[in-house]
Amino acid sequence: MPGGLDAESAGWVQALAGAGPGREAALVRLHAMLVGIARGEVARRGPRLRIAGPELDDLAYQAAADALVAITGKIGQFRGESRFTTWAYKFVIFEVSAKIGRHFWRHPAVALEAGDWDRLPGWFGADPARQAEWGDLFAALRRAVDAELTPRQREVFVAIVLNDVPLDTLVLHLGSSRNAIYQVLFAARRKLRAAMAASGYLCGDTVGHP
Amino acid sequence: MNGRPALERFLRTDPRDVGCAQAMEMLHVYADLVASGAPAQQQYPGIAAHLQACGPCGEDYQGLLAAIHGDTR
Repeated sequence: MPGGLDAESAGWVQALAGAGPGREAALVRLHAMLVGIARGEVARRGPRLRIAGPELDDLAYQAAADALVAITGKIGQFRGESRFTTWAYKFVIFEVSAKIGRHFWRHPAVALEAGDWDRLPGWFGADPARQAEWGDLFAALRRAVDAELTPRQREVFVAIVLNDVPLDTLVLHLGSSRNAIYQVLFAARRKLRAAMAASGYLCGDTVGHP
Repeated sequence: MNGRPALERFLRTDPRDVGCAQAMEMLHVYADLVASGAPAQQQYPGIAAHLQACGPCGEDYQGLLAAIHGDTR
């Protein structure tokens, strides 16, 4: 255990790594805290989700239960780089994220593959009344998507931008990871920016690697 | 609105961006620094860049900050 651990964090680690009534009491207390955090998080995200009421509450309880299992299983990996509670809260926040992603995967509101290109300008906040100003811009973007992106990059771009599929839901659909899909989208953005700059629609500057 | 500013922002990539895996690995450390008022962005510019660009990781970060602030109120 790192020597720099604050007293509260050290108390949590000692109790959870121990045995007997002290551990049981710590588990009960931690579970109650995780339920509170999970409920707060689903309430925070709730207005933007198409989930409500008991289903949202169930999701919070499941997230707290799964986070508790993960935390107790990984307690030996806590290195004291943050407060214990912050480390523990991270698990429950990730569980809430994952469960929301899974929910949308099971209840997709839109097809994941079909792309409605008419929605593209709206996704970027373009005013339909000013189509004369943006018509060429988005036509060029569509050409760049068709010409420059690999099939995988195009699939990810269409799902996220045209179909508004949450990235975590797409991760499940493609059997991938958040990091892998983010990198596909990152590379797609970089290519599209370069193409749009080369054709004079955007100024060319930053490129990079995630 | 002609959509150009939002398109510019979406297509802009930051070479310091560390990606989801590294950002998630260090999220608790970064959030604790931010909550304590330390200059986390300067200490971890690659994580800061990622959290600005990645919607899901940014959402997790905001959730963790909200949890910390609720905990410390």
